[in-house]
Amino acid sequence: MDFAFSSEQEQLRASVRDYLRDRYGDERVVALAESDAGWDPATWKELADMGWLDDSLGLLELAVIAEESAFGLLPAPWFSTMALAWPLLDPQLRDAVSAGERSATLATQGSVTASGDTLTGTMTLVADLTSATDVVVVAGDGVYAVEATPDIVVPRSTMDRTRRLGELRLDATPARRLDVDASSALADVRRRSLALASCEAVGVAQRALDLAADYTKTREQFGRVIGTYQGVSHKVADIFVALQLGRSLAYWAAWAVSENDPQADLAVSAAKAAATEGAVLACEHAIQVHGGIGFTYEHILHRYYKRAQWLAAFEGDAREHRAATAAAILDGEGAAA
Amino acid sequence: MDFRDTPDEAEFRASLRQWLADALPAGWADRTPAPGRWDEAFTREWTRKLYDAGYVGLTWPKEYGGGGAPHTYQGIYLEETARVGAPDHIGVIGLGMAGPTIIAWGSDEQKKRYLPPLLAGEEVWCQGFSEPGSGSDLAGARTRAELDGDEWVVNGQKVWSSYAHIADWCILVVRTDPSASKHAGLSYLLVDMHAPGVEVRPLRQITGDPEFNEVFFTDVRVPRDSMLGQPGEGWNVAMTTLLHERGTLGFALTAALERQVLNLVRLAREVGADDPVIRDRIAQEWIDLQALRFTNYRSLTALQKTGVPGPEGSVAKLHWSETNQRLTKLALSIEGLASQLDGEGAVWDGYWQYQQLRSRGNTIEAGTSEVLRNIIAERVVGLPRSR
Repeated sequence: MDFAFSSEQEQLRASVRDYLRDRYGDERVVALAESDAGWDPATWKELADMGWLDDSLGLLELAVIAEESAFGLLPAPWFSTMALAWPLLDPQLRDAVSAGERSATLATQGSVTASGDTLTGTMTLVADLTSATDVVVVAGDGVYAVEATPDIVVPRSTMDRTRRLGELRLDATPARRLDVDASSALADVRRRSLALASCEAVGVAQRALDLAADYTKTREQFGRVIGTYQGVSHKVADIFVALQLGRSLAYWAAWAVSENDPQADLAVSAAKAAATEGAVLACEHAIQVHGGIGFTYEHILHRYYKRAQWLAAFEGDAREHRAATAAAILDGEGAAA
Repeated sequence: MDFRDTPDEAEFRASLRQWLADALPAGWADRTPAPGRWDEAFTREWTRKLYDAGYVGLTWPKEYGGGGAPHTYQGIYLEETARVGAPDHIGVIGLGMAGPTIIAWGSDEQKKRYLPPLLAGEEVWCQGFSEPGSGSDLAGARTRAELDGDEWVVNGQKVWSSYAHIADWCILVVRTDPSASKHAGLSYLLVDMHAPGVEVRPLRQITGDPEFNEVFFTDVRVPRDSMLGQPGEGWNVAMTTLLHERGTLGFALTAALERQVLNLVRLAREVGADDPVIRDRIAQEWIDLQALRFTNYRSLTALQKTGVPGPEGSVAKLHWSETNQRLTKLALSIEGLASQLDGEGAVWDGYWQYQQLRSRGNTIEAGTSEVLRNIIAERVVGLPRSR
């Protein structure tokens, strides 16, 4: 039994964190979040050069990048490309992604019909649709790649301005059918994206903890640092608890998916439910201990709070994952504990 | 990262599983859980079997009768015994608190004297830390020990002492220097519970059962060298005890919670819990169990790599206690009005009624949740001290 990342994985973590600290300070994240584009497309080539888009990355490496990129709130279609679209991409697209030339997202909700080499219909709630160059569309049992040109992309106002949703309007739009088994690839996407969303939630909760700790160590009221008041410090302790519990489950889920472990589906549901609820709680407590400043648009916290809620709503909220968990432990043969 | 057993661990697990199947009474694992009334004779007999089979003190040094195995083996032991609901060794306080402290602070003579009978269950230990006037505030202990020739003379009162009514020895925090500052005046004695002047009075708890005791010391004479550390070092020695209690408790807590989750699932299946809200909450308990399990694994990995348990370990007891309280209340909720029956003829003869009431102590014993949150906030997150 060994529950630790390898030294190579820890080096990767340090390099991701260093890059984001140097290149994506809070001020730049805010400026990009408030811009029309929502990100700096020049970033994509940098990510490719650092190997964040490589085919060789295993799920544990992706887990590290997911956690750290959420900690830094990197605005880029990395999650959409690597967690959502990747298992469906063909070698041609993967090579282009790894070279930093293309990025991708996945559209699963909506109604689209295929006719020859074209698609017609509308897909909704597509993550990073305005920033990705390509979108993978699931239509019936077929999977198609479509170039996400501005004429078919409708941006939607999204609470989390660093991960916006968009609507895809297809009208006899040229599409290239991808040669993948849709059902097994989508099952792969589901597990992988749930595990990585859980890791993102851990990154969000860690930042919320850091912000809450830094503030309550220095802010004074009634002549004392507010971190000395247990009404405040116990909220910070509860953030730490939620963070650690979510982290344990998220890493377990990433490992279980990477090893195709028999408990992988249970692990991703447990992790998704606990880690995303933990991230939401972490942000809410952090806002509370900041008092009024934490409630302002000026402060960075609300951006993490919105990411936490995005993650909580993604691919089934905690209630749905607990329902799946309950079915497995109560309705299956023999109790699973 | 790999959660699978190594070949050696897998072999240990398989042989332990077989041994448990052979050693426990027939049908033991499938029996309906019984209320928590404790059978001393059965526990003593079981302790002897465990000891003879080499399953006690798995991670302790071999020279004092331990197994010298890595911590993962203790984890496997607790997982497998939880799976079948096997009873505990009788020396819970000795194995978890007194023993590790003696290993850390004791002289070679003390280790040779105390550890083997502790492992064998021939000598049972209890803990004398809390007092009526000092619970969480251990440094406020007022029980006195004064040197008279070659003996300490102990006077005072301890409380909340589990197993004191059957204990042979007590790890006792006493004040030896009333003029020194609060922490510096403490010392750590090993006291014979059969010595004249020791009186144990059971305390009935809200379950109605006497599990804890008050212990009165009146002119109890203790040999001068029956001490861990030097006079005045009692606080540091006691911290070793508490660190161990909170640091490696994770596996035991995971095992206990795993048993409870299995019982909860069993109850839900028996009464047919198809209410989606109940199902949601059962799933939450299962998830909380996995969170405890893997947090504990992370802490253990840190312990193995660095020699120090990771900061995540401080979460285990806090999380376990609050989860166990929710879980036992959920069980009563599933039973409906019948949950108010607690004797013969009640569901499982009152198992859940006992467990639910007992769980209220979980957030108080071995560090209240408030103290644990202080520890996390101050020592782990690094906030300024609240007092």
